[in-house]
Amino acid sequence: MALSPQDILHIARLARIRVTEAEAETARGQLNSIFGLIEQMQAVDTKGVEPMSHALDVAQRLREDRVTEPDRRDKFQAVAPAVENGLYLVPKVIE
Amino acid sequence: MKWETVIGLEVHTQLTTQSKIFSGSSTAFGAAPNTQASAVDIALPGVLPVLNKGAIERAIKFGLAIGATVNRVNVFDRKNYFYPDLPKGYQISQLAKPIVEHGALAIQVDGVEKTIRLTRAHLEEDAGKSLHEDFHGMTGIDLNRAGTPLLEIVSEPDMRSAKEAVAYAKALHNLVTWIGICDGNMQEGSFRVDANVSVRPVGQQEFGTRREIKNLNSFRFLEQAIDYEVRWQIEQIEDGHAIQQATVLFDPDSGETRMMRSKEEAHDYRYFPDPDLLPVKLDEALIEEMRAELPELPQQKAARYQQDYGLSAYDAGLLTQSLAQANYFEATLDALGADVAGAKLAANWMSGELASALNKAELDFAQSPIAPASLADLLKRIADNTLSNKLAKEVFAAMWAGEGEADAVIEARGLKQMSDSGAIEKIVDDVLAANPKSVEEFRAGKDKAFNALVGQVMKASRGKANPAQVNDILKRKLAG
Repeated sequence: MALSPQDILHIARLARIRVTEAEAETARGQLNSIFGLIEQMQAVDTKGVEPMSHALDVAQRLREDRVTEPDRRDKFQAVAPAVENGLYLVPKVIE
Repeated sequence: MKWETVIGLEVHTQLTTQSKIFSGSSTAFGAAPNTQASAVDIALPGVLPVLNKGAIERAIKFGLAIGATVNRVNVFDRKNYFYPDLPKGYQISQLAKPIVEHGALAIQVDGVEKTIRLTRAHLEEDAGKSLHEDFHGMTGIDLNRAGTPLLEIVSEPDMRSAKEAVAYAKALHNLVTWIGICDGNMQEGSFRVDANVSVRPVGQQEFGTRREIKNLNSFRFLEQAIDYEVRWQIEQIEDGHAIQQATVLFDPDSGETRMMRSKEEAHDYRYFPDPDLLPVKLDEALIEEMRAELPELPQQKAARYQQDYGLSAYDAGLLTQSLAQANYFEATLDALGADVAGAKLAANWMSGELASALNKAELDFAQSPIAPASLADLLKRIADNTLSNKLAKEVFAAMWAGEGEADAVIEARGLKQMSDSGAIEKIVDDVLAANPKSVEEFRAGKDKAFNALVGQVMKASRGKANPAQVNDILKRKLAG
């Protein structure tokens, strides 16, 4: 499969990345070459191999349910662009 | 044309862990903004999620309680979308391999039992909160809730009316609070319901196009929203319009649903396995540990009440509507030293006087001002014939008003039922002498006259004569 220029613009919009036409064209070439690589790998016989969701064949470690994080709001908000009454302020979003 | 409603519910239950699903921040409700938001929760670069065992344990318990498959291997995925209260740009959730699949929950509507199948239940993190009040044209973000563990419970489209949907939501609410995995507080958003609603002509196999009503936070709104939505969809179709798949919001003030986004605007979430989290592998020891921690479940308890105490399925269902109610019942029985008759009496009083008084005062059984042992004392006075049912209601009202325990109220108000047959005979004699006309009518075959005489005797005793004894004595005297 190959991506069309429209696909690239759609993906860029979903990722909130503004791209020029030239950038989109470059990205299309790069992404299509990745699809090419995937096509090569499709040729490998994987019959009987359990699909993996992670490259490492180990299990997730679990943390005990305890509160360990102190309140560090002041430190975090010192580097935020805008705060008020303990809230982070962002450009207005309306549902 | 006759229409059939089809409903499936998605319920977000907030789990009762101390800390968040991927960080050690507190999940306590109501803290000052952003004081419970760690580097992980606000998504500072370079942080990694560390999975909370408490969330996994609660999900396992739920799976076991509904007879579901608990997937020994389950996987976390990223659900990608942009919104300021989701600072990572993705929500960690479970798509292809959720922790719980299948299972079922029984509901009762108008005395008929029905089984609702569950599709799945998966773990995910909650988002933060956006405050749209005016901050100089900006939006305020509080990330205290970001990362709070949720179990999203998805049903099959097995419900056929708003009533069934409410019954299912209530049964689910009862179960998750009963097994202690969710506090069930709907005002605080611990139990949020989304309803997928469609209609189809009766007899049609395929489902109609559905619309999803988001974020219903009370059972009443759930019922109102579905009723409105069903009427709206039928009208649309009968007017010749096709239903478009959409997400809608319910406005409690107008009682209407309105479009939030159409299918064309629907999100493209681009799920993929989260590379920051390895597959979760559950060992049998943990699952068995959770099984051992499960209490006797509502349905098991209801079955036992029917078997041990001869209660009806309806009564047993009422008593197991909540853990608080079942605990109250059992504590009352303990104090009563109950047999089958005592259990039936306790069940009747709990579902009758006590339930209606609690309802009126907006209290639940755990908050009852009349303790189980106090109710048991009142019931003892009914069982030993000190009180008629009518007098017992008066004593109950006095106890509710804080006038003291049953025996103290009976003493103070002089409410003891009169069971002294000599004293009752004297009253009966007086009444017969004073009402020769009624006596004549009775002898002439008018049964109503008998009731009038009973009424006179009860009145003369100021309601305290034992009604059964009055009947016996009157019959004997009139026959003689």
